[in-house]
Amino acid sequence: MTKIAGFSWLKALLYVLLTLYAIVTLIPFLWALSASFKPLAEIVGGKPNFLPKNFTLDNYKQIFLQEPLFWRWLFNSVVIAVSVTLLNLLLNSMAGYALARLRFVGKRFWFFLILTVLAVPAQITLIPTFLILKAIGWLNSYQGMIVPSMVNATFIFMMRQFFVNFPKELEEAAQLDGLNTFGIFRHIVLPLAKPALAAQAVFVFMGSWNNFLLPIVILFDPEMFTLPLGLNTFKGQYISYWNYIMAASMVFTLPALGIYAFFNRYFIQSVTFTGGKG
Amino acid sequence: MFEINRRRSNPRLNITEDLAGYMFMMPTILVLGTFVVLPILYAVFLSLQKVQLLGGIEYEFIGFRNFTRLAEDERVWIALRNTAAYVAIVVPTQTVLALILAVTLNSGIRGKNWWRILYFLPTVTSSTVLTLIFIWIYNTDGLLNDFLAFVGLPTYNWLGDPAVALKGIMIMNIWSTAPFFMVIYLAALQDIPQTLYEAAELDGANEWQQFIYITLPLLKPVTFFVVAVGVIGTFQLFDQSYIFSGGTGGPNNATLTVVLLIYQAVFRNLQMGYAAAIAFLLAAVIIAITLIQRRLFGGERI
Repeated sequence: MTKIAGFSWLKALLYVLLTLYAIVTLIPFLWALSASFKPLAEIVGGKPNFLPKNFTLDNYKQIFLQEPLFWRWLFNSVVIAVSVTLLNLLLNSMAGYALARLRFVGKRFWFFLILTVLAVPAQITLIPTFLILKAIGWLNSYQGMIVPSMVNATFIFMMRQFFVNFPKELEEAAQLDGLNTFGIFRHIVLPLAKPALAAQAVFVFMGSWNNFLLPIVILFDPEMFTLPLGLNTFKGQYISYWNYIMAASMVFTLPALGIYAFFNRYFIQSVTFTGGKG
Repeated sequence: MFEINRRRSNPRLNITEDLAGYMFMMPTILVLGTFVVLPILYAVFLSLQKVQLLGGIEYEFIGFRNFTRLAEDERVWIALRNTAAYVAIVVPTQTVLALILAVTLNSGIRGKNWWRILYFLPTVTSSTVLTLIFIWIYNTDGLLNDFLAFVGLPTYNWLGDPAVALKGIMIMNIWSTAPFFMVIYLAALQDIPQTLYEAAELDGANEWQQFIYITLPLLKPVTFFVVAVGVIGTFQLFDQSYIFSGGTGGPNNATLTVVLLIYQAVFRNLQMGYAAAIAFLLAAVIIAITLIQRRLFGGERI
């Protein structure tokens, strides 16, 4: 109570700081968004202006209509990110469930192995993975992008922790009702794991959608590029045509932002999950 | 209960359960085996070979020569120095910034969730897109120089001047990564019991003292995590350097990082064995720093 007089000044200062930081956060995005609606002449000439004077959709038309590969890249990105996400959800939960609940020979060994895998830097496995994919003819293919990424030790661990703390009674009741392990997993466990699955889905999707290192190592045919590689090609091809590059960037960012806006709660949850409890 | 009893009565033989366990684990075992465990062993093997990639693949055992070559390779030292400088500036800055933002948001501000959603935007945006936007902003006649000139500060050739190119990437990554750690701090702050602050207030501690004597010590495990993850992430800098420099690490090796060097060893010079050796060097550095850090933080649980 005694603090109120000084408090409001402090509060005001805090709001000012928060607003300043919000501006710092937003400016690059707004600047890119506004450039994507400007003709090139307006971008290179004259003083910077945030609202386009000659509003145009030509940049978007250019990349969608004149760049035949843009659609292909978008398609590739969607196919890969969606497959990787769905497979991760299924396989990580299966492994996490087995490690938390089922009894089988060698369980401790596999759990230990997964914890070890967590600590190995990706750079070590990158070159051998490239050579293994080359040996089995999977370079430059969807399966080469999807299969090595379809399970994830971090999320297996996360799912295990989730299932360990899960009340056992429902599963036991289902077992008495004659459901087998797969039935219990499919009908009881998965539906109840929705929050953990949603958090994981957002994380895996974003990771795959934005991934640059793996595709640049295993995809070399422009037809097979994902959008990040495509954008990087645009950068070389449209040197200083920032209007096109920014329009393409915005198209690429939109799905991720949409998912983020929609699943924001789960996203924050998963960050804290991997952070606080990992 | 039911399960435990059954297990006890028949401790060794329970084939159905073993079978179910392995059916659940099989995809994971296959994928991690083929694309993590096998590659680790393969990497050890590669690092001791001279590898020829001409159509097929040929190996020639050369012992530790890939590793001795590391010490003589000037670009390895440049990459290590750049990466170390990058880690040394980015990790402390983003950690402090994340903490400040989290504490500010946690101080009873209105619309906390909206601020958080907004601040988090750069973290969900792809590094490719962010790097392209920043390259454009960093242009000699780009937005940043316009702003600097406007407020009367010196302008720079952010992309072309070796003295500032890496700093440009640092600024961008602090900006884009801090919000991620802010969210982690925010969650941890919410777990600190309010009663501790009330007690301290009764004892006459002001807000600053409460922060120093209650908040900071209780956040120590989280800070360990934030710094550890920050160190691991920053040592692996690649996307931004690659896109910034078009894969060269330029200007004049100013943005050459260790991972970019690995990439170049593989795809420009086709030296898989040497690349594997650089990868092990990187892993050793990361592991060493993480261990030192654990010591400094007094053996936290992670």
